[in-house]
Amino acid sequence: MKGKTIAFLSGKGGTGKTFLAVNLASVAPSAVYIDCDVEEPNGHLFFRPAWQYSRTIHVPLPQVDPAVCNGCRKCVDFCAFSALAWANGQLILFEALCHGCGGCMMVCPNQALCEADREIGEIKGGTSAGVRVISGFLKPGEATGVSIVKSLLTQAGSGCSVFIDCPPGSSCMVSESIRDADYCVLVAEPTRFGAHNLNMVHELLRLYNKPCGAVLNKCQPGEDPSRDYCLHHGVPILARIPFDERLGLLNSNAQIAVREDKGYREMFQALLLRIDKEACDAAVGHS
Amino acid sequence: MIIAIPVSGKGQNPAVATSFGRAAHFLMYDDETGQYKILENAAMGSTGGAGIQAAQAIVDSGAEMLLTPQCGNNAAKVLAAAGLRIYKTDPGLSAMENLKAFRDNELEELRDIHEGYHGH
Repeated sequence: MKGKTIAFLSGKGGTGKTFLAVNLASVAPSAVYIDCDVEEPNGHLFFRPAWQYSRTIHVPLPQVDPAVCNGCRKCVDFCAFSALAWANGQLILFEALCHGCGGCMMVCPNQALCEADREIGEIKGGTSAGVRVISGFLKPGEATGVSIVKSLLTQAGSGCSVFIDCPPGSSCMVSESIRDADYCVLVAEPTRFGAHNLNMVHELLRLYNKPCGAVLNKCQPGEDPSRDYCLHHGVPILARIPFDERLGLLNSNAQIAVREDKGYREMFQALLLRIDKEACDAAVGHS
Repeated sequence: MIIAIPVSGKGQNPAVATSFGRAAHFLMYDDETGQYKILENAAMGSTGGAGIQAAQAIVDSGAEMLLTPQCGNNAAKVLAAAGLRIYKTDPGLSAMENLKAFRDNELEELRDIHEGYHGH
């Protein structure tokens, strides 16, 4: 696989996004692993990289000049996140709710708002046995890590295979994480809940017209609503990974399965080839 | 003076809502005329910042007093800036009964402002 950007998504946490992204990056030549799950980054717990650099991330924050503000409240009405309120002749700012969009400053007719910077987290980069590892860390209590995700994606470089570990769900941060993805892998559990969450992220990908396939994880004999969903909606099933106590144990010990076991290494090498083929076919189909 | 109470219904004697920011309506009682009206809570289904929006609406309505079972710190910050005072409702009483209890000095000021449920 050369130079493809693959994103791993799921509608809920705990399906195996990190498990897949970490293990696939570990069998790929010249791989970059980017942990965009900035609220709870955990890929680095497996890679245990030697961090080589870090950078703090800031977002613009409005600052009001009370002498200029005439209380028109255009900014209060504009803010979609209720980060501004007006009471007793003063503008009240809720910093943690501010998404840093800058809209309040644009709608202010009197230029009473100016821009200040606020630190919301950091990104770190390092290496682990040949894999470049880049992780984002959002400070607790912050409303959104979109700016951190944006910064992370600029670190990918060129010519490498990029494995993007997305946040769970279908939030703005997920939309931002898949922006540059050539192909998306949906990770789902074989349950009704799993199928519901699979539908959520699949809808998001259709919105952005992103090619995708599914990996069904922790599969057991019997019904599999997620497989049924894929068959019904024409989502290619790239792999069905069985419920496997050994994998669970390796994961819970923060070990990378492909670095511990030849069988798992072969399984992930085969999956990587399949994803590469799907991504190439999609690229041809798109052009 | 106008007294606001978050309520879950619009009937003659509605129950007090369990939350402030996500209450369905606010009962606005004017203790000088004895009349009341219902204010819809536009913030009820908000994805975030409901307490702030609800507090803004209460401040804009001109109310000076809020009777509520609980209140988050963001909402309390807006209410405090406007000089509103917050009293804790008695969970065993309806909205009207709470108003009577307030007039009889049987309610206490709300002191346990919670952290809010932001991001959950």
